[in-house]
Amino acid sequence: MKTVFKRTTGLTDAETHYCPGCTHGIIHRLVAEVLEELDALETTVGVASVGCSVLAYHYFNCDMTQAAHGRAPAVATGLRRVLPEDRLVFTYQGDGDLASIGMAEIVHAAARGENITVIFVNNAIYGMTGGQMAPTTLLGQKTATTPEGRSSQLQGLPIRVSEMLATLDGAAYIERVSTHDPVHVLKAKKAIKKSFEIQRNRQGFSMIEVLSSCSTNWGLTPEESLKWIKSQMIPYYPLGIFKQQPCIGEES
Amino acid sequence: MKVLFNEGWCKGCGLCIAFCPQEIIHLAEHLNRKGYRPAQVVDQDKCTSCAACARMCPDTVITVYRPDRKQTAVS
Repeated sequence: MKTVFKRTTGLTDAETHYCPGCTHGIIHRLVAEVLEELDALETTVGVASVGCSVLAYHYFNCDMTQAAHGRAPAVATGLRRVLPEDRLVFTYQGDGDLASIGMAEIVHAAARGENITVIFVNNAIYGMTGGQMAPTTLLGQKTATTPEGRSSQLQGLPIRVSEMLATLDGAAYIERVSTHDPVHVLKAKKAIKKSFEIQRNRQGFSMIEVLSSCSTNWGLTPEESLKWIKSQMIPYYPLGIFKQQPCIGEES
Repeated sequence: MKVLFNEGWCKGCGLCIAFCPQEIIHLAEHLNRKGYRPAQVVDQDKCTSCAACARMCPDTVITVYRPDRKQTAVS
């Protein structure tokens, strides 16, 4: 018997607290698998954010810390600058954390070209606090704070973070991926691996935006949530690579 | 046994059921220790070891095996 798929050693034995069908679990697994494949579990420090993923330090089998709300890129910057260059530093942030209170930190970390990897989980809503509107909430989407649906006149338009950060010269690699079916999960893993390789090559800031579901606060079943990602989120948040700096040659 | 479910970890979300091309995964009639109906496969012979279920499982409940070709020929 050949083992086709088994749980990665990049995850601890802790069971996650996420709701049934939450794609945080898939994204955790992808990051952990990539760290295992890069043989980097002993040399990586992750920064958990505030939000549903606040307890991520229980689940990743590498060194972890946890930052104040939105400040994960600032903490990662500090880690990057005090640790030896062969270490990998990543942040794992949701859209409420990264795109709202943490917008200044992420923009300036990208502008400085900090050599860190950011895993940005975009589910278009605040999950942990009970389904309030996030900066990434789609127009017309009903949340606890937009019961009539988000309106552009009252609440403004959703922010496309990947496109925005791709305009900064400091950003080396920006890609948006999704988790709504097995093919896109594999593509997401490839993108996450690439972002860590870019960090290992010291090319600078890399961010992978992962479209994720929140079946509890969207009021859908886990399966319907994945269909909602495909039908509603991807048209507004198109998948693809938004920034890719040419590879640094061997002379560097 | 081609596909093994760590029943106690399952939250019964059904994503494995949604993506199984063979449609052989079902929720069990009993409850696990968390109080969910865990996913299970009764008809293991129909499994093609594609691992689509395992890749979509948010809780890494599923381990997938593929029999060696010789064993398949014999069985």
